[in-house]
Amino acid sequence: MENIRYDLITALPEIIVLGMAMFILLADLFLKPSNRIALYALAQLTLLIAAYFTFTTHSPGVGYAFTGAFVDDAMSDVLKLMIYAGTALIFIYSRHYLQVRNMFRGEFYALVLFSMLGMMIMVSGQSMLTLYIGLELLSLSLYALVALDRENARATEAAMKYFVLGALASGMLLYGMSMIYGMTGSLNISDIHHALMNAPQPTRELYSVLILGLVFIVAGLAFKLGAVPFQMWVPDVYEGSPTAITMLISSVPKLAAFAFVIRLLAQSLQTLAIDWQSMLLIMAVLSIVIGNVTAIAQTNLKRMLAYSTISHVGFVLLGLMSASMNGYISAMFYIASYVLMSLAGFGVILLLSRKGFEAEKLDDLKGLNQRSPWIAFLMLIVMFSMAGVPPTLGFYAKFTVLQAALQAGFVWVVVFAVLMAVIGAYYYLRVIKLMYFDEPEDKQPIEAPIDMRVALSANALGLLLLGLMPQSLMTFCGYAIIRSLS
Amino acid sequence: MTFFGLHFQDLVFYTLAIILLMAGLRVITTRNPVYAALYLVLAFFTAAGIWLLLEAEFLAITLVLVYVGAVMVLFLFVVMMLDINLDRLREGFWKALPIALPVGGLMAVEMVMIVGVRNFGVDKVAAPAKHPAGYSNTAELGRVLYTDYLLAFELASVVLLVAIVAAIALTLRERRESKSMDPAKQVLVKKADRLRIVKMKAEVEKIVVSDTDAAADVKESK
Repeated sequence: MENIRYDLITALPEIIVLGMAMFILLADLFLKPSNRIALYALAQLTLLIAAYFTFTTHSPGVGYAFTGAFVDDAMSDVLKLMIYAGTALIFIYSRHYLQVRNMFRGEFYALVLFSMLGMMIMVSGQSMLTLYIGLELLSLSLYALVALDRENARATEAAMKYFVLGALASGMLLYGMSMIYGMTGSLNISDIHHALMNAPQPTRELYSVLILGLVFIVAGLAFKLGAVPFQMWVPDVYEGSPTAITMLISSVPKLAAFAFVIRLLAQSLQTLAIDWQSMLLIMAVLSIVIGNVTAIAQTNLKRMLAYSTISHVGFVLLGLMSASMNGYISAMFYIASYVLMSLAGFGVILLLSRKGFEAEKLDDLKGLNQRSPWIAFLMLIVMFSMAGVPPTLGFYAKFTVLQAALQAGFVWVVVFAVLMAVIGAYYYLRVIKLMYFDEPEDKQPIEAPIDMRVALSANALGLLLLGLMPQSLMTFCGYAIIRSLS
Repeated sequence: MTFFGLHFQDLVFYTLAIILLMAGLRVITTRNPVYAALYLVLAFFTAAGIWLLLEAEFLAITLVLVYVGAVMVLFLFVVMMLDINLDRLREGFWKALPIALPVGGLMAVEMVMIVGVRNFGVDKVAAPAKHPAGYSNTAELGRVLYTDYLLAFELASVVLLVAIVAAIALTLRERRESKSMDPAKQVLVKKADRLRIVKMKAEVEKIVVSDTDAAADVKESK
């Protein structure tokens, strides 16, 4: 009985999110369409309560629950708090956009909360089964969210592509997991680690099966992260989805994917680090090249940001590839900064959109400075941060990742990544040129609620502020990784 | 009991395995989607037979009940109702073949090399221990499901819930033009809701015969 109580308290934030998601689904039935704003308030309240319990039940130690299938450690708590914050921003940014597009429904909030539950499970999963179910929960909610705007044929097509390729990736991941399970006899992350550590000099046969499993797992992970050569779905899905959903797909799930990679590769398969290091290295380099070079040719802002995501994922992989504490910390720092940048970037797109008009072309940003100098300034910070111009957060993120890779001895890779980052700066700076030096084509006034303007300003200025004082975020990431992995 | 030098168990296994492989192959090679679905049913049946040989009775029965009984029947319905253009499905087959064949072949060879007897033979992986008589598969599964795998079990139900929410959110259309009636509203209706009484002066209808009409009448009568 005591055991069950401990399990329930450990998973309290998850239970609250699940309960509130179902409550929102039911409450939607009894609300008049004009009162639906209450659902928005409930969703935000859920995040607050979950954050409160995650924060108060936090302990620096590592606690296992549900017979070792669930873990509560520093990394899971820090990542969960980041996920709540990101989701809260998504709710704020997307409210107006959804209201004018007839998508402001209970299902949106319920599905976003369900997807967030999936992320929380991924972050806290300590068995391959739990991790996989968390991933499926996240993916399934996202497929539905992409297609939520039913009248939109492009969104339906994007959802279809996302669904088919996501299912393929899940299949690969499962196949790889089954190989690892077959060789170690356990699904539990720490048990697999111990089984591999204590294996008496792995025979060639055992080794070859493990590598086969590893290849499939890495391929599945790369699909979900959107790393080259598994990136084909990213631009299409980003472009086709309603912008509010694109913002969701491109931001917080990446935090969960990061935890997923850490749990699978760094915690359970650490003994095979030599092998996955080379796989990640190839994918990182290819992602940085293809992401940055292809982004130059884009005229669609959302598509450009999709390719920019691919290159950012490449940098995260570069950090993970170092397979050292510093590498993991830098990768976590990078992914957290990326989420902030991505939220602010898509936030600006949402701000410029209005009923019946999507500000998704690069030309829609022309002369933004004349229409609204403040928003242009915010976008300037975001673009500088994505390009990695000091003193923004993006610069420091790239810097730490490259430093970790340098320490691991990958000098040429670092030189190459810096060159590619310089090439990538071109398309970010082009956006700034369009905003400041071109005449506006679209002279409609910008309509956006005040809370969104305030949140967006805080988000973008945060990029600048954290760039000047990166120690605060760095301390969090260091605390999370060192407490959980050593 | 031996047949052709094989134990009865082996004979059953090889028979089922051959049927399973043939059925699996036909699923992807047959031209008619309805036949493909039926071959898939056959594949499920024979797979269930192999699971029975492995003493996984509960799973074998579930496979037949759930997949054959429910999923595939629904699938057949859908396949029959859809108007599938077979020629369009086959478009691009020959174009993709030169790339698909080597890639597929390479993967098959790799998998056979690794997932073969060499790595998973009886000398590498011990055969499962025989269970005593009266051992209940179902009870064991139930015990594990509600203890060790409780979290996964509960989360799987959440995944199903999301699937339901998604399916309804994506397909339910509230039709504004539908002519359904609400009995409660009908009972509560008052006279004033349907009948509007307007006060107005009585109108006297004047009979006017225009000159042109009268002239025309005269012409016709002539």
